Amino acid sequence: MGTLLEVKALRTHFFTQEGVVKAVDGVSYDLQEGEILGLVGESGCGKSVSALSLMRLVQDPPGRIVGGQIMFEGRDLLGISEDEMRAIRGNRMAMIFQEPMTSLNPVLTINRQLSEALELHMKMDKNAARRRSVELLDMVGIPEASRRIDDYPHQFSGGMRQRVMIAMGMSCNPKLLLADEPTTALDVTIQAQVLEIVKKLTSEMGTAVIIITHNLGVVARYADRVNVMYAGRIIERATARGLYAEPSHPYTIGLLNSVPRLDEALKEKLDPIEGLPPDLVNLPQGCPFVPRCKFYRENKDKLQKCVETYPPLFMVGKDHMAACWVNVQTGGVRE
Amino acid sequence: MAEERILLDVKELSMYFPVTKGVIFERKVADIKAVDHISFYIRKGETLGLVGESGCGKTTAGRSILQLYKPTTGSVTFWDDDRGEYVDLVTLKGEAMRKMRRKIQIIFQDPYGSLNPRMSCGAIVGEPLKIHNLAKGKEYQERVEELLTIVGLHPYFASRYPHEFSGGQRQRIGIARALASNPQFIVCDEPISALDVSIQAQIINLLEELQGRFGLTYLFIAHDLAVVRHISDRIAVMYLGRLAEIANREELYENPLHPYTKALLSAVPIPDPVIEATRERIILQGDVPSPMNPPSGCVFHTRCPIAIDECKVTIPALRNLGGEGINEHWVACHRA
Ligand SMILES: Nc1ncnc2c1ncn2[C@@H]1O[C@H](COP(=O)(O)OP(=O)(O)OP(=O)(O)O)[C@@H](O)[C@H]1O
Ligand SMILES: Nc1ncnc2c1ncn2[C@@H]1O[C@H](COP(=O)(O)OP(=O)(O)OP(=O)(O)O)[C@@H](O)[C@H]1O
Ligand code: SF4
Ligand SMILES: [Mg+2]
Ligand SMILES: [Mg+2]
Repeated sequence: MGTLLEVKALRTHFFTQEGVVKAVDGVSYDLQEGEILGLVGESGCGKSVSALSLMRLVQDPPGRIVGGQIMFEGRDLLGISEDEMRAIRGNRMAMIFQEPMTSLNPVLTINRQLSEALELHMKMDKNAARRRSVELLDMVGIPEASRRIDDYPHQFSGGMRQRVMIAMGMSCNPKLLLADEPTTALDVTIQAQVLEIVKKLTSEMGTAVIIITHNLGVVARYADRVNVMYAGRIIERATARGLYAEPSHPYTIGLLNSVPRLDEALKEKLDPIEGLPPDLVNLPQGCPFVPRCKFYRENKDKLQKCVETYPPLFMVGKDHMAACWVNVQTGGVRE
Repeated sequence: MAEERILLDVKELSMYFPVTKGVIFERKVADIKAVDHISFYIRKGETLGLVGESGCGKTTAGRSILQLYKPTTGSVTFWDDDRGEYVDLVTLKGEAMRKMRRKIQIIFQDPYGSLNPRMSCGAIVGEPLKIHNLAKGKEYQERVEELLTIVGLHPYFASRYPHEFSGGQRQRIGIARALASNPQFIVCDEPISALDVSIQAQIINLLEELQGRFGLTYLFIAHDLAVVRHISDRIAVMYLGRLAEIANREELYENPLHPYTKALLSAVPIPDPVIEATRERIILQGDVPSPMNPPSGCVFHTRCPIAIDECKVTIPALRNLGGEGINEHWVACHRA
């Protein structure tokens, strides 16, 4: 299997009244064909913007991709025309958006919305597109698909709309699916349903997926590899197994320790990450995690570096990188 | 620690919202059975977790217990410390209800929408003190500062407005406000769902600490089962307006009896890829039906993997299949 996507030093900024929001600020990673990549991190750290950047759908103004490369199937998406990009969008690369209701058109039937891409990209006629749309709805588990296809989005429940989005995303057999998970709108059982469908369909069709989520459990279940983002950058990157077996950035460690787990003995008290997520307009010069970092707090005198210089991504193991001056396994300070 | 005394006893509580149609005059065409004949009790000092999918009626249950909605049926008896007797909140009126409000409070689901944007943080926290005439002048100021300190906010934040705070800080303001009138019972309606994972643990620890310090009793509404297990003594599971199961937390997680509880538990992914790789999951088919037109018999039968004919016909009663006291294990399923 080959490399499908290679993102190099991607930077997407928003030029706002309050200042420049460095939503994505130097992000590099690759994705193999058919691979499932998890993208985790807290609200506002740049997950959605980094996905929207791949699709070249960042709201402009105020946003703009200010640097980097997005190599997709051998071409730099930042170097092609809008027409060429349109041919890729929804076709080779598709996205399931965080807000299903805002991305489905309320005045068009489900059939119209599904058929549109099929007619445009797959050159199907109306009847063929409709037949295929029914099939797709059926595939994502909408009961009585041939009848429900003429419904409007508001006639569907939240979970059903989410499934329609998957059907739309998968309609043209994309090579890459970006699935931006709704944060609160879905329930556990519906979330499980939706993700199982994504996993099944994409593995059948060999589609690579980027799953964007807050939920560390979701990543553990579905992802092959994981990017952990913090304040617009990737701070840890590893295989899913590697990440959970040996988390190597204090933020990841803190995150894993702070969530109660169903499979573990009850704890007297939870172990939270102190402090608040950073303000992307006024990022400190050094590591953005400094104000919340346990390691820094406990070893201030030895870790002057943390406040002075942003740590690059260090190799910390096989296929495992972390952007931290501390080697959390040995307790040593990195050069 | 939970005491023996029952603080709150909910019996056959229902809340139906009428669905109306008509232009010239409104005519009731149906009911949304948001909460349908639920019964449970909470002991003093205890936390009862209430879980279930979106729209199953958790918020409505919490609100009708607090009489923010007028329940369609049922009673909510509450131990009134001052009077030394139980009173039925549903029948309280006027001044008696106003007095009672002091003792029963709510922390709202949405830290963004629940604070009045035109009131300063201090005024929001202090409002219950004014409503219930609990403090004036210097004493009022001191109490507001004390409350902010209790929830981990700087007293000088009092002059700031909600939009200047983060979600976690807003949730703390909501907690301080709920604590202002020294309540005995607080409905915590998804107090952490809108917060970042890294902030959630801070708020949970805070709620637990406050419970110990002030002897509070909580109804803790959430859909994150791992969090609910952590914070609750006992847990109630709701589905489509009805109670499916209630048991203490160890029992519920180790020995769930209702097929819905089992599915709910198995749907929670565990943050460990090695475990997830081999874990069996029950993926429920279909969607949650509409509460306007709930299925006959057991409301879960349309999605239940083990339903039998009887399930379509007869509503299963909530029966205790466990022991006594904390070992009670209530379940509403024909096959349990
Ligand atoms: N249109 C915009 N204008 C200005 N700033 C924006 C805009 N869109 C996003 N941002 C900023 O970019 C940053 C990253 O946002 P993004 O939506 O990628 O976060 P996220 O990681 O997806 O968060 P969530 O988990 O809440 O969805 C945030 O600080 C956000 O405020
Ligand atoms: N004021 C109202 N008028 C009419 N219907 C309502 C009202 N409030 C709630 N409902 C309906 O009652 C049902 C239960 O809603 P409720 O808000 O109690 O659910 P919930 O379990 O709290 O969900 P969530 O997890 O999404 O907060 C839903 O079908 C909802 O649409
Ligand atoms: S009563 Fe029947 S339908 Fe309901 S949960 Fe039990 S087995 Fe399933
Ligand atoms: Mg997002
Ligand atoms: Mg609710």
